[in-house]
Amino acid sequence: MTWGLILALGATAYAFKVIGLVVIGDRALPPVVERCLTLIPAALVAAIIVKDTFTIGHDIELDARAVGVAAAAVAAWRRVPLAGVILIGAAVTALVRAIS
Amino acid sequence: MISPWRDERLRQVVTASMVLGLAIGVFAIAFGVAAVSAGASVPQTCVMSLLIFTGASQFTAVSVIGSGGSTAAAFGGAALLAARNAVYGLAMAPYLRTWRLPTRLVAAQLTLDESTAMSAAQDDDDHRRAAFWVTGASIYVFWNVFTLVGALLGTTIDPQTWGLDAAFPAAFIAILWPLLRDRKAATAAAIGAVVCLVLTPFTPIGVPILCASVGVLVGVPAPHPTTDEAAAT
Repeated sequence: MTWGLILALGATAYAFKVIGLVVIGDRALPPVVERCLTLIPAALVAAIIVKDTFTIGHDIELDARAVGVAAAAVAAWRRVPLAGVILIGAAVTALVRAIS
Repeated sequence: MISPWRDERLRQVVTASMVLGLAIGVFAIAFGVAAVSAGASVPQTCVMSLLIFTGASQFTAVSVIGSGGSTAAAFGGAALLAARNAVYGLAMAPYLRTWRLPTRLVAAQLTLDESTAMSAAQDDDDHRRAAFWVTGASIYVFWNVFTLVGALLGTTIDPQTWGLDAAFPAAFIAILWPLLRDRKAATAAAIGAVVCLVLTPFTPIGVPILCASVGVLVGVPAPHPTTDEAAAT
């Protein structure tokens, strides 16, 4: 790990954030673009859930995480508060891992 | 202006945002442990969290270096993942546009998966802004504190034993759920999930998440017949 890599990544990561929020996002955008932008969280959050639940690196894996996240989904559907959903997801995953 | 002690809903938003910040922040223990195991010093590990401050990129850089990859490969993978924060910035921009430049430059550093998603789950603009700030700021504090804890702990803890790797997707499930009430958002989510899963075996790590953003094209058709230029690319 070199300081050069760390500083270059820090600058790049911040540049991306500023480009989106300040440089491009500063002007009023066409309505069609605004409609698409409001859908970004749904599309990306769903993708991140799938990535964190069913993949390890390049492999698709069905393991204890799937059970834990399914339990979390039921909890979310039952309107359990966020902290509870996270706890249930982690606890069920740990439990399945321990007994399997 | 809404005062937090009068607005029950705002209080709930702030509480939920702080809890999320704590839950995500705890995961930085895993990052601290991983970074030190990959050969980074404790100060290097802490500076990564302070400056880069986007978990997936930090984990990618550390895992590439740790498995003997080149600096260029570590930079490429991590930078690609960081690119999605530009998309989140675009999504947040309409709510933050009225603020002064220095404030938005601070907001930029807090633009993350979680702060954007938490904000999107709210019903009105005041709550969206509150959710963004509180989530972003509490993650920043907890993420950096727990990075230090992890870096000092070294390799004495295994996050998997505690199911902490499932804490992320569980939190995101809770965030995604309210968004799905909207039929277009549900379709965008389904497309994003499928694209991510299908591309995972074939593309560099981080790319499937970026490609999942094609799901937003569901928003191209206008809800009512209007004079709409096809400006989406």
